[in-house]
Amino acid sequence: MIPSHPHQGRPPHPDENPAGPHLPLDPLPGHSSRGRLERVLRRGEFAVTAELNPPDSADPEDVYERARIFDGWVDGINAVDASGANCHMSSVGICALLTRMGYAPIMQISCRDRNRIAIQGDVLGAAAMGVMNILCLTGDGVQAGDQPGAKPVFDLDCMSLLQTVRTMRDEARFLSGRNLTTPPAVFLGAAINPFAPPYDFRPLRLAKKIAAGAQFVQSQYCFDVAMFRDYMARVRDLGLHESCFILCGVGPLASARTARWMRSNVPGVHIPDAVVARLEGAADQKQEGKRLCIDIIDEVKEIEGVAGIHVMAYRQEEYVAEIVHESGVLKGRRPWRREPRPDDALVAERLDHILHDAPVESPQEIVRDVTQ
Amino acid sequence: MADAKPTAARKGTATAYRPADVSPQRRVQRRRSLRAWSVRHARGLEWLYGRFASVFLALHPLWKAVGYARAEKPVRVVERQVKGLLFDCRMCGQCILSSTGMSCPMNCPKQLRNGPCGGVRANGHCEVEPDMPCVWVKAWEGAQRMKGGEAILAVQKPVDQSLRETSAWLRVTAQAATEREKARAGEQAGEQA
Repeated sequence: MIPSHPHQGRPPHPDENPAGPHLPLDPLPGHSSRGRLERVLRRGEFAVTAELNPPDSADPEDVYERARIFDGWVDGINAVDASGANCHMSSVGICALLTRMGYAPIMQISCRDRNRIAIQGDVLGAAAMGVMNILCLTGDGVQAGDQPGAKPVFDLDCMSLLQTVRTMRDEARFLSGRNLTTPPAVFLGAAINPFAPPYDFRPLRLAKKIAAGAQFVQSQYCFDVAMFRDYMARVRDLGLHESCFILCGVGPLASARTARWMRSNVPGVHIPDAVVARLEGAADQKQEGKRLCIDIIDEVKEIEGVAGIHVMAYRQEEYVAEIVHESGVLKGRRPWRREPRPDDALVAERLDHILHDAPVESPQEIVRDVTQ
Repeated sequence: MADAKPTAARKGTATAYRPADVSPQRRVQRRRSLRAWSVRHARGLEWLYGRFASVFLALHPLWKAVGYARAEKPVRVVERQVKGLLFDCRMCGQCILSSTGMSCPMNCPKQLRNGPCGGVRANGHCEVEPDMPCVWVKAWEGAQRMKGGEAILAVQKPVDQSLRETSAWLRVTAQAATEREKARAGEQAGEQA
């Protein structure tokens, strides 16, 4: 496993441990996590993140399969926390599986389903499993999802959640003041929606989120570039793009019908009529939706202060690679596939033991042992 | 963030009859609440609130004589009625109306205390309750009218649920009185030194 020459003749990648690519990374000065997303952003590269469609299943293979199509194309994979208030595999569970396979997940936490006790516990658990990025959300109302009769919790809101996780990370204590022995080293994110009223307040709300601890933000779907440009102009006036990395949310629309459906059913999505008309006029609406997405990326990547894109291709995940490739945002850069965790050596040793050394006990053997 | 699934049809078939005002939070609005009026008159109310707080603080010897614990019940009854009428108050016990443009944030179905969520409809109405104008859109309007309107930009702590159904007026007064006494004690110590 350990190569004789750490880099095997090639120049070392800026993101690898100089002693060898199989070794875990140390945090860089000024970084709050060891994560690759933070490194890419702080290095000034254009970051790409994507959203994993959470499975309605208990099979880990479903998660691996859905993550595999992002291999080598994204810097982070969002593990959604029951988005749209629909029940799916939990974000903690998805993150546990993803980190096991060396992916860099961005764990979303929504305040809708858990109170501050549960959330703080999940933050520690996730960080222990190797989650380096946490995205703090308020969450959609329960009325939007498949279980409108559920009790909405909303104990914290996205702002106090950011503050809570930051307190845990920087001051090594819970919200209650009780000390942590090892704080969670995470890169903190939040969401922005420049496309919902009150429009004047939105940039100030971003300032508030930054004050509460946000280091990067991902925006809601951007279909109205003019509106996003105005928002970014105000953000630049306030100097916010210098203290926070802003990722613009984009995604392909499957058809004009989907666009219309999303507009009226998904909270906070703004789709201008021109976009719907463009899709409607196309011969192949799905192809046009992808084309539209690439066009939007081409425009937003030129806006000053945009540090990356967040691709939300719900049920069209196979297009993410094409979209990223055709828009050329990576500029030839190839995001990592595999990233070792600090405890990987320990797990490997244990796994070796489980697979080879310890006697495997099958039910038949147990019966035999008892009857003997 | 977005999850496109046709749920509307499923929801419709859940029961044969659903009352119109069903909301997950089941916060029935007071019929004669002056919420909208209060936001329009945020500036006047801000001034009034300032006066009122100083009167309450001046009454500190009285509260102390009666005992804050014994004053709690009658004050709470009055507070609930007055703030209920003006703001549709939910008695969270930690009033931040002066930081929210005189629009009570506990009326938000998500009980957000730090600004509007991303689900506000294009017409400025609530994502959860389409008939209600977003509490935070109103708060932003109210804050523009207020002198100390920039207080809306301060990050608020999470609600202390154990303070629900208690008087915010008395707590604020007791805190202010303690601080005043501390400051006075500090001054006296300074003079003696």
